[in-house]
Amino acid sequence: MKGLLQHRKLRAPCGIIGGICASFNKGNAVISTPSLLHAEGLTSIRSERTLFSGVSFTLGRGELLHVEGPNGAGKSTLLRMLAGLFSDYQGCIKWLDGQAATSEEVRRQTLFLGHKAGIKTELSALENLAWQQQLDGVQADAWELLEQIGLLGLEDIPAQQLSAGQQRRIALTRLWYSPAQVWLLDEPFTALDRQGIQLLEQRMQEHLSTGGGIIMTSHQRLSVPAATILLGAEVVNHD
Amino acid sequence: MTRGYRSQLAALLKRDLKVALRRRSDVINPLLFLFMVISLFPVAIGPGPDILARIAPGVIWVAALLASLLGLERLFRDDYQDGTLEQLVLLPCPLPLAVLAKILVHWLLTGLPLVLIAPLLALLLNLPVSALPVLLITLLLGTPVLSAVGAVGAALTVSLQRGGAVLSLLVLPLFIPLLIFATAAVESAVFGAPVLGQLLLLASFSILTLTLTPFAVAAAVKVSVN
Repeated sequence: MKGLLQHRKLRAPCGIIGGICASFNKGNAVISTPSLLHAEGLTSIRSERTLFSGVSFTLGRGELLHVEGPNGAGKSTLLRMLAGLFSDYQGCIKWLDGQAATSEEVRRQTLFLGHKAGIKTELSALENLAWQQQLDGVQADAWELLEQIGLLGLEDIPAQQLSAGQQRRIALTRLWYSPAQVWLLDEPFTALDRQGIQLLEQRMQEHLSTGGGIIMTSHQRLSVPAATILLGAEVVNHD
Repeated sequence: MTRGYRSQLAALLKRDLKVALRRRSDVINPLLFLFMVISLFPVAIGPGPDILARIAPGVIWVAALLASLLGLERLFRDDYQDGTLEQLVLLPCPLPLAVLAKILVHWLLTGLPLVLIAPLLALLLNLPVSALPVLLITLLLGTPVLSAVGAVGAALTVSLQRGGAVLSLLVLPLFIPLLIFATAAVESAVFGAPVLGQLLLLASFSILTLTLTPFAVAAAVKVSVN
């Protein structure tokens, strides 16, 4: 109901406001498998200002889409749109071959991590993990997860006493156990140190190799091969 | 599927209670406020037992209503700021159910303690013992309404910078019918008149708000995280 407002095909050329440049440089992407997500003609107008219009792309299995653009180009808006948090848009989003954006199965298959960490700072890392797993309906070994994410030894300190990067790590732990196929990550590298970024990129590669898909925004250069969705007026040369 | 929901809702309840217990002052402050207001009345009005017994139902209910407004702003504020509200919207379980869990937690932390200390407040205001059961029943039926209707206002104003004043303006008029029938019931009990009619009306208020407001709150939360 939410996503299927209008089924228009509006493909703006590159360089015009909200144009899209998709350059798929990942050669081994499997084309024959059904897509995880297909978006067509996404248009967002906020406060009478067109953020982007006619954005179309397809996320296949094992693909990483990197949303790029200057500040205020609508990168976060696009991700929130895809996550189902933002419904005031035109265009069409098709999930897992044709289910609506609000259906339960789609929510189980997507994981959205936004600017805000989504953890309770009053609770410790271990408690946050425990209830998050219960909410996600997953049971995994919390200690193993803590070790993987590098929070062992800090597990029972309230998160508000931890650094921003460490809090980020608690939030990102979901990526290590979530069964979701599609990850929507809004600036996941924020506040992470070099080792944390490496850890996350490694995990992203693992996810892609098992047939998952990722759409993310980041101002960092990625070491993982990615296709680019470019939002905003100017075309940035991305190599 | 329903089993899955149940464990998710249990997780939500447990987490919220745990967070609230880490911040005890949030739970205790409204009760302290209530206690102070109630104990100031005999000082200001004079300790004549007749007058006190006469105004007791109204005073207790007005104080309870104001006390419930105190913590209301924070019902969704922290969740909104730390991003857990977004994640709540994205849960596979229906949002109205998740929101109902939050309303329940709010009631457990504000409404229930209020019901528990009400006998003490009644004693302070010299409310006849015969009217005490009716006071407790009105509070038991009425405090969930305060939490549920308050949650609608809290969800609507959560994204505003200083939503507190707007919130009070928004929800206080909605509390007035509740206030009228609750105090009328207790007053009738003081005079020994039948109270069943008022209590049944209160019960229907309670059922109506608890069944309808979760949908309103869910809609408001969706607008606020937009």
